[in-house]
Amino acid sequence: MIIQALAFYLFAGVTVAAGVMVIAARNPVHSVLFLILAFFNSAGLFILLGAEFLAMILVVVYVGAVAVLFLFVVMMLDINFVEMRHGFLQYLPVGALVAIILLTELVLLFGAWVVTPVALQTMQRPIPAVEEVTNTHALGQVLYTDYFYLFQASGLILLVAMIGAIVLTLRQREGVRRQSIPTQLARRHEDSLEIKDVPTGSGI
Amino acid sequence: MLEIGLAHYLTVAAILFTLGMFGIFVNRRNVIIILMSIELMLLAVNINLVAFSVHLNDLVGQVFAMFVLTVAAAEAAIGLAILVVYFRNRGSIAVEDINMMKG
Repeated sequence: MIIQALAFYLFAGVTVAAGVMVIAARNPVHSVLFLILAFFNSAGLFILLGAEFLAMILVVVYVGAVAVLFLFVVMMLDINFVEMRHGFLQYLPVGALVAIILLTELVLLFGAWVVTPVALQTMQRPIPAVEEVTNTHALGQVLYTDYFYLFQASGLILLVAMIGAIVLTLRQREGVRRQSIPTQLARRHEDSLEIKDVPTGSGI
Repeated sequence: MLEIGLAHYLTVAAILFTLGMFGIFVNRRNVIIILMSIELMLLAVNINLVAFSVHLNDLVGQVFAMFVLTVAAAEAAIGLAILVVYFRNRGSIAVEDINMMKG
C-alpha cells in the first residue's frame, strides 16, 4: 500500500511539475520535452489505475507520434521565440485569476463528490478480474462489439485528419526541376538524334 | 493520505487542466505552446475518464478515453499543418497577427 502511494505521489508530482514547465519554459523545444515527460508519468498513473493498455497507447501515440510531430514543427519553423514571450507578464494576472477560480471550483466539486447508488446500477460493462481477462483483452471485447461503429468513425476521423494535413502542407514550388517519367518514356530517336550527312573533306 | 482513491486522481487531473488553461492565457503569442496546452487539458480529461472508469468498475470510460486520444492526435496533426501553412504565408505564428479573416 505504501509503495503504491509513493508511486502515485511520484508520478503525480512529476506530471504536474512537467506541466508547469511546459508552459513556463523559455525554449519551445524544452516545452516539448517536458510534455513528453508529463505523458510518460501519466502513463505511470494509468498503470497504477490498472489501465495498462491505455498507458501503452499513451506512450505510443502521444510520445511516439504527437510529441515528435510537435518537435519537428518547432525545429522546422524559423521563429524568434525570445521575442514571442513579451506578453507573458502582461497576461499573467488575468490568467492566474481565471486559473485560481477554475481550480477552486474543480477542487470544491471533487471534494464534495459522492457517487450515487444509481450510477453503480447503470453500469454498462464491468471490468473483469485481471486474473481472468487482461485489460487489453477486455477493452477489445467492448470496443469491437458495442462500440464498433464509433471505432470505425474514429478511424475515419484519423483518415480525414491525415488527408487534411497532407492537402494543407503539400505545395508545388516553381522553378524546381523534377523528373517526369511520361516525358522520358515518350521520348523517341527522332526527337533527340539527328543524322547529318557530312561530305568528305569539307566539314560542317 | 496513504490510501490513494478517486479524489487523488481527480485532483491531479484538475491541476493539469488548470495548468493547460493557464498556459493558453499566458502564452498568447505562441501558437505551438497553446497547442501543447490543449494536449495537457486533453490528458487531464483522459485521467478523469480512466479514474472514474476504475472507480465505478465500468470499462466504457476507458473506451471513451481511447476516443479522446484519437481526436487529440487528429487535432494535433491538423493544428500543426495549419500552423506550418500559416507560417509559410505570413512568416510569423503570433496569435495577434491572425486577423486576416476578420469580417
